[in-house]
Amino acid sequence: MLRLDCLRAVYPDLEKCLVVTIMGATAAELHSLGHRPNFFYLQHAMGLASSTGLGLALSLPDQKIVVFDGDGSLLMNLGSLSTMARYQPKNLFHVVFDNESLLSVGGFPTATSTGTDLEGIARAAGIPAVRTVRTLEDFKTAVKNALHTSQLTTIVAKVEPTGPAGYVTDLSLVENRFQFRRYIQSLKRQ
Amino acid sequence: MPVSVTSSKVIFDALKKCDVRLISALPETWLVHLIRMADDDPDMVLVRLAKEEEGVGVSAGAHFAGVKSAMLMQNHGFLASINGIVSFAHLYKIPLLMVISYRGSFGERDPWQTQGGNVTEALLRAMGIPYSVLDSIESVEKRIRQAQALAESSLQPVALLLTRDLMWEE
Repeated sequence: MLRLDCLRAVYPDLEKCLVVTIMGATAAELHSLGHRPNFFYLQHAMGLASSTGLGLALSLPDQKIVVFDGDGSLLMNLGSLSTMARYQPKNLFHVVFDNESLLSVGGFPTATSTGTDLEGIARAAGIPAVRTVRTLEDFKTAVKNALHTSQLTTIVAKVEPTGPAGYVTDLSLVENRFQFRRYIQSLKRQ
Repeated sequence: MPVSVTSSKVIFDALKKCDVRLISALPETWLVHLIRMADDDPDMVLVRLAKEEEGVGVSAGAHFAGVKSAMLMQNHGFLASINGIVSFAHLYKIPLLMVISYRGSFGERDPWQTQGGNVTEALLRAMGIPYSVLDSIESVEKRIRQAQALAESSLQPVALLLTRDLMWEE
């Protein structure tokens, strides 16, 4: 399963969500499908995408928040699973693309390549709905379900360790950040 | 426990007056009353963290959502948050109001706190983070208001160091 195919499959469903991605390939691939003002790409600070999603979810309980995390990033902040589970925001949907690799920094294998089970860790942390998917069809089904249920959900999507040739886009980090906040402010005025 | 309830209340009320509606925190002795006050206040969202660096992400998310927030932590928690501060708050111009208990300074009896006390202000200066040392109750409300004003206008992290003189009664 390719992460790009996963993102392409759910792209239409992201139109009304607030989306936070991790750095590197995940950000570049989502951006390549067509940037929207409701997408925020956290291009550094590995591990904090899920924490950012939590801050958004607790502050905007009526908005669906989607976080596209990765195995390398999540392994740097496993405590985030316990914090998310502690507050269980119903509007937070956490997707972990697990390619068993620190792809964006040179392709070094992560601990999921030697057996660390992120689904098991998420479940044991107390995330109420957790699932691992390995096919595009299962991914699509799991995402549709998660977007239409009111329960904190983590999906671990096992994907190939491949990505685009480069990660730098024409969207400056600060522009992205202001655009994202302004988009949220425009929602509040509606 | 001789942690000052009076000072904690003044700090908490000052944060409320600044319209802070979300507080992230990691327990530490000097912050015990502040965290309890946040927990007891129905208008305050308290996020108890596993590690302080998470608070940078939580506060960034709150900022995007238009919610003012503060981070309560010990100075060792600040040390544990440095990459998040640099690679998120500084990189993306995110205002952070960091309320930091200043352990390991004059009067410290716990040997394990002393090294962090030595480096706290030097690190804040090296990172270009504006900070103020709060050592008397009279200046607390004004300094908190000023710190938040600067964080919001400059879109950057600012720090308030809570000293032993302010937080400890014995």
